[in-house]
Amino acid sequence: MSIRDWPIKRKLTAILLLISGLVLLLTSAAFVTYEVVTLRQTIQEHLATRSRILAANSTAALAFANEADATELLAALQYDPHMVAAALYDQNGRVLATYPAAAAAADLVPAAPEPDGSRFERGRLVAFTPVAQGENQRLGTLYIASDTRAVSDALRLSGIIAIVVLAIAMLAAYALAAALQGWISEPILALANTATAVATRQDYFARAPKFGEDELGQLADAFNQMLGRLEEQKQELQQHATRLEQRVAERTEELEHRNEALRRNAAELLAANTELDAFAYSVSHDLRAPLRSIDGFSQVLLEDYAGQLGDAGRDSLQRVRAASQRMATLIDDLLKLARVTRAEMRTERVDLSGMAREIVRDIQRATPERAVEFAIAPGLEAHGDARLLRVVLDNLLRNGWKYTGKQPQPRVEFTAQDENGDRVFVIKDNGAGFDMRYADKLFGVFQRLHSAAEFEGTGVGLATVRRIINRHGGRIWAESAVDKGASFYFTL
Amino acid sequence: MNPGKILLVEDNPDDVTLTLRALKSHNITNEVIVAQDGVEAIDYLFGTKDHAAPGELPAVVLLDLKLPKVNGMEVLQRIRAEDRTRLLPVVILTSSDEERDVIDGYKLGANSYVRKPVDFVEFTKAAQQLGLYWLLMNRAAPSPRGP
Repeated sequence: MSIRDWPIKRKLTAILLLISGLVLLLTSAAFVTYEVVTLRQTIQEHLATRSRILAANSTAALAFANEADATELLAALQYDPHMVAAALYDQNGRVLATYPAAAAAADLVPAAPEPDGSRFERGRLVAFTPVAQGENQRLGTLYIASDTRAVSDALRLSGIIAIVVLAIAMLAAYALAAALQGWISEPILALANTATAVATRQDYFARAPKFGEDELGQLADAFNQMLGRLEEQKQELQQHATRLEQRVAERTEELEHRNEALRRNAAELLAANTELDAFAYSVSHDLRAPLRSIDGFSQVLLEDYAGQLGDAGRDSLQRVRAASQRMATLIDDLLKLARVTRAEMRTERVDLSGMAREIVRDIQRATPERAVEFAIAPGLEAHGDARLLRVVLDNLLRNGWKYTGKQPQPRVEFTAQDENGDRVFVIKDNGAGFDMRYADKLFGVFQRLHSAAEFEGTGVGLATVRRIINRHGGRIWAESAVDKGASFYFTL
Repeated sequence: MNPGKILLVEDNPDDVTLTLRALKSHNITNEVIVAQDGVEAIDYLFGTKDHAAPGELPAVVLLDLKLPKVNGMEVLQRIRAEDRTRLLPVVILTSSDEERDVIDGYKLGANSYVRKPVDFVEFTKAAQQLGLYWLLMNRAAPSPRGP
């Protein structure tokens, strides 16, 4: 675990221990240094004093070069265990006597005197002191070497003391730090716990406890205020959500009602459609049968009793036959209209130009005697039910063909134009046209603007066309004037 | 000409009269058995439980669709279901040319579908052509031996 990840408690304790340890260490170092320096000075002075006394006592021995006296003098040093070696040099620097006596001192004593004064060298304190008679008559030099055990003993002792004090102080510091770090860490930990509680349980009612008016107290206050606002906002949000849910529920209910109504409508429509279907089916079977009888037996009369009927009788019977056949056509057209309403739509891309050309070919094949000019624009396309759209084009093109019957140069056009972004298809002829005053009747069932004598027809075709256009979601309208031709416009 | 009988399944007596007249006017003298509803047609073709044995198989059946009791489609279904009549030529001759009737008729195995024209002259022509085709031109499947 890196130091960054330590808990605050440990960090605080570590900081406190580090600081107090450092302070104590420095203090101890100063104490030990002072001890050692003071002791060195003391033993140096002590040696100097002793040297001077011994030098003063040595004047006679040096003056007379009395080696035995000198040796005896130096031997007195044995009572001080710290004295390691000593020597007396005469005026010429030669060794007169040494301590300890004998050659053992050879390694311990310098061969010749060195400059006066005392100094520490090679773990020893050495002092060279002049031996003089009176003020200026120098007789020789005294050399004394003392060990520095006193210093190292003192150093060891004060070191031990320092370490002990340090250890005790650190223990105390640790205990204090452990006890006192709570002042700082407790509010922080409490804040952290509260934050965790909020984050994990979304408990916005939790509050951080406050331990004082310091910065941590301010932090707790600010945190609690924040929580309060969060709680308010959460409540507001919940209210919004509740309102929203209510509205959704209301809307859903409303929608369900509407759906229910739609379902009922659809069911009714389906029922109506089924009824219409059954109706159309029975019409197609049952209504034609009596017509067949009327026509058939009229023909029987014409064939078997022609002689007894006379011209007027035959004419009447012919009219009966014509009427029944016309009635059959009407029924067929009505059935077609009904079929258009019932038929299922299959939407696809439809090539209207190609379809129109096929219809024109059929018309021209059926009536080669009429030379009607058909102009069909290429590339006309639409989305729709091909079969139904064929009925539309068939009706409109045949109408054009039919109503140009009295025109010397009959012409029918099929084109398209764009109006307000809508594709508008146009079938235009130069035929009889119609009076725009009756334009609204044009697309009604059985509505005709021309007599059957002028132009034959049942008045169902355009009604069928409009129904198909409506089923495609389009519009159809017409423009015309009497003898000026007619234009039929439709969108899909 | 095929000496076989014609089974005309037709409930409307006017249509029966007119059809018979149309056939006769073209010298189609084959015997015409008239069944006035689906049950009669089935009884003729398959016999009844109580008494009658099945009638002689006709050369062609002219079948109307809208019939009392059992309709034309059911009769056709029955005809195609029985081994004895499976290959019998059946022409639907009816008033309607509703698309679904045409499709259903062919699906059930009708050999032809003719809509009766209202114009009696046309009707006569149709009857003549049907007679000529099915009695004269058409080679029917041999009737299976025994039940």
